[in-house]
Amino acid sequence: MNRRAIRAIVRKDLKVTMQNKGVVIPLLLVPLIMFIALPSLVGLMPLLGNIPDSDLAEIQLLVSRMPPTLQAEFAGYTPLQLLVVMMIVYYLAPMYLIVPMMVASVIAADSFAGEKERKTLEALLYTPTTDQELLLGKLLAAWLPAVGVALVGFVCYSIVANLVAGPIMGGIFFPTPMWLILAFWVAPAIAGLGLVVTILVSSRAQGFQDAYQMGALVVLPLLALMISQATGVMFLSTGLVLLLGAAVWLLDGALLWWGGRWFRRTELFGRL
Amino acid sequence: MANQTVIETHQLSRHFGTVTAVDQLDLTITGGEIFGFLGHNGAGKTTTIRLLNGVLAPSAGTARVLGMDPVVDGPKLRYHTGVLTETPSLDDRLTGRENLRIYADLFGVPIAKVSSRVDELLGIFELTERAAERVGGYSKGMRQRLALARALLHEPELIFLDEPTAGLDPVATRHVHQLITRLSREEGRTLFLCTHNLEEAQQLCDRVGVMEHGRLLAIGTPAELIRQTYKLLSLDLEVAAADLPLALAQLSRYSTLQVQTLNHEQIRMHGIARDAIPELIATLSAAGVHIYRVNPREPSLADVYFALHEEATR
Ligand SMILES: Nc1ncnc2c1ncn2[C@@H]1O[C@H](COP(=O)(O)OP(=O)(O)OP(=O)(O)O)[C@@H](O)[C@H]1O
Ligand SMILES: [Mg+2]
Repeated sequence: MNRRAIRAIVRKDLKVTMQNKGVVIPLLLVPLIMFIALPSLVGLMPLLGNIPDSDLAEIQLLVSRMPPTLQAEFAGYTPLQLLVVMMIVYYLAPMYLIVPMMVASVIAADSFAGEKERKTLEALLYTPTTDQELLLGKLLAAWLPAVGVALVGFVCYSIVANLVAGPIMGGIFFPTPMWLILAFWVAPAIAGLGLVVTILVSSRAQGFQDAYQMGALVVLPLLALMISQATGVMFLSTGLVLLLGAAVWLLDGALLWWGGRWFRRTELFGRL
Repeated sequence: MANQTVIETHQLSRHFGTVTAVDQLDLTITGGEIFGFLGHNGAGKTTTIRLLNGVLAPSAGTARVLGMDPVVDGPKLRYHTGVLTETPSLDDRLTGRENLRIYADLFGVPIAKVSSRVDELLGIFELTERAAERVGGYSKGMRQRLALARALLHEPELIFLDEPTAGLDPVATRHVHQLITRLSREEGRTLFLCTHNLEEAQQLCDRVGVMEHGRLLAIGTPAELIRQTYKLLSLDLEVAAADLPLALAQLSRYSTLQVQTLNHEQIRMHGIARDAIPELIATLSAAGVHIYRVNPREPSLADVYFALHEEATR
């Protein structure tokens, strides 16, 4: 493996991508909403006015449907604390995962389909890089920023959560072990998934917009996760999150193995 | 590398669905030569370059380039070849200098030399002043020059130029011609030049090959091709005005010649074999005709090109 060439590809893609407004704007906006605005809102909710008792009752109903281990965890909470924990620790967790997925998929769409669109791929294919180096460079160019944004976002989210909800919770309550696993184990895997799916889609897509829109479909499983939590079908326990991460990593590996087999420059040229 | 075989193909072919882009190509190119690859749009020139660099796989046949098989040794081979692609394929969102620096890394230019090599090429191609600007704002000629600079970063011994002067102004075109000549004559590199400019090919190339529908119609030095295609030439003759009747009388004895009087001292004849010229002049001269000028009207490579295509489509 020629590390210098891989680094050059990563550097090139990052520089080029950061100049596309269609990439940078969602890249800044979405994390800002997810990591700062949403947790702030949850923490400020009690200040904005009284939460109707009916809402709190509904939450308690939801808790009663949870697995016994989680019920035990929630046992000592006041209704308000319960609301904060449910929102910040559980409901927003799938939303958090949307960020690495989106970042990876936006950058990958720009770097694969966009490169085809801008006709800059040909010169790259004439370089002495091997097919594997080319693929690895392209993958890292999207994966590294996605993981970076997810981790920085996790730190921001933790700070904001403790700042706004700490007083209600009576001290620092975040991150929970489940969130540590989410940030360090699941988020990188999810970034990989967004990336690989977008690349597979890009090979059929005409350009950046096209690939980006099709790639956005990978968000659907995360929405499903969100809904199943909100309706009490499933809850993100520590064990489940560990398992989820493992499953996504496996899926990443399988897709990458499958995609890597057809990633040949000679095939790309057949379609240029 | 001079006089060594640099490119050798054997029955090299590539199909795209029902289209045969390259059809059983047999080609041998020697080190240090400037080889011109001619042919209509879609004749298979660009596809051949791709095959020879291992970025496209042949459907059949084999190639050896610099002693390597492009299919197997593609990455290694590409350290030694430089390609100017048909479209410059530059990153518009990067500056001129960034474009070169990144490719210097990709081509493995020694790290300590990257800056000096990039600056040197920016200088050669007169881009130093605009090097910090984004390529998106470059003119077509500037892009072409930058793409050329990029193809030469790693000092490749075999250089493929796909229409290097397309769309360039006359001054820029001359610069490119001088560059090509220098790369070959002074630095001993081999050049594989695809062009639609037949004058350029005739002027620059040691040998040319003419492609049509993926097949190689003819190959040789421009002069050879002209001679092969045009066995009979036209010849203009300027004689003393007083000798014109005598000259015409002498020429009338050659039954295959078509003779035409242009004015009171100039004759044009068609259908004369190259080998017959010395004898004809000797005969006229012996008969007492004063000859001031003998001007064979040489067909150009362009004439050959059109004749070959006409023949092929017939
Ligand atoms: N990736 C591809 N997919 C399908 N057909 C292709 C592909 N690349 C080339 N062809 C076809 O192969 C033939 C040869 O194309 P090629 O680009 O090699 O021609 P060329 O001689 O370079 O033409 P030009 O002078 O226009 O550049 C054409 O008919 C072209 O349409
Ligand atoms: Mg071409």
